Amino acid sequence: MVPINYYIILSAILFTIGVTGVLIRRNALIIFMSIELMLNAANLALVAFNSVLKSFSGQIFVFFVIAVAAAEVAVGLALIVEIFRTKNSIDVDQMSSLKG
Amino acid sequence: MTLDLILFLVLSLIAVASALGMLLSRNAVYAALFLVLNFVTVAVFYLLLGAPFIAMAQITVYAGAIMVLFLFVIMLLGAESLPGISNWRKIWFPGMLAVILFIEAAYLLIVKARPAGDVLQPGDAVNTMDNLRQLGTSLFNDYLLPFEVVSILLLVAMVGAIILTKKEKGVR
Repeated sequence: MVPINYYIILSAILFTIGVTGVLIRRNALIIFMSIELMLNAANLALVAFNSVLKSFSGQIFVFFVIAVAAAEVAVGLALIVEIFRTKNSIDVDQMSSLKG
Repeated sequence: MTLDLILFLVLSLIAVASALGMLLSRNAVYAALFLVLNFVTVAVFYLLLGAPFIAMAQITVYAGAIMVLFLFVIMLLGAESLPGISNWRKIWFPGMLAVILFIEAAYLLIVKARPAGDVLQPGDAVNTMDNLRQLGTSLFNDYLLPFEVVSILLLVAMVGAIILTKKEKGVR
């Protein structure tokens, strides 16, 4: 049997890797993947707590998070494709058309 | 050291290594495949935690649909090779922020919240059918409104994605 603390620590590590990806990478696709990683880490923590509490609310919440992630990816990737068509690049540092 | 703990340690090593591989990879396709490996590992964690339905949903939705969409866009844009992290001196500040975030999260989750108890023992492993039945009953009784809201959200996302990528006539 594994103590729940281990799962929580693993979830925190994965979340931190996701945050690091958003902060240090400049490619919009990789930033998007890092956001997915963060959502996943939060899901892992939810399911771990759910398993200790022996309730079903955690699993249902994870189900909703997965659905919202799917919607977010559909719109986000459409935006990335549109940005690539206009600027021929998905580097987030170059998206500065509104800069004064 | 029990078998459970060994399995957990090996799987968590794979999960962290694949997440780091995603973070540091120079090829976007490799990054996406590393992320698929990470999602599959997390699905195995869900199975260990007694959530078989969520594990299968994870595989089909995340590792299946979402990552295929990612790979499709990567190949559509021809953006396979990325500039790596060229300037290591520029990343010390975000790196430090991430370390601080990790310490804060660990402190709040472990020390302040003090979660107690072990996760589901292998002896009282869940019955998959019971799990599904209870999940479905709970979903369609207590959480019916969020369920319907999610369906509308998916519809709006679908319409939005089509509108965003549609070429307007006469503009180009």
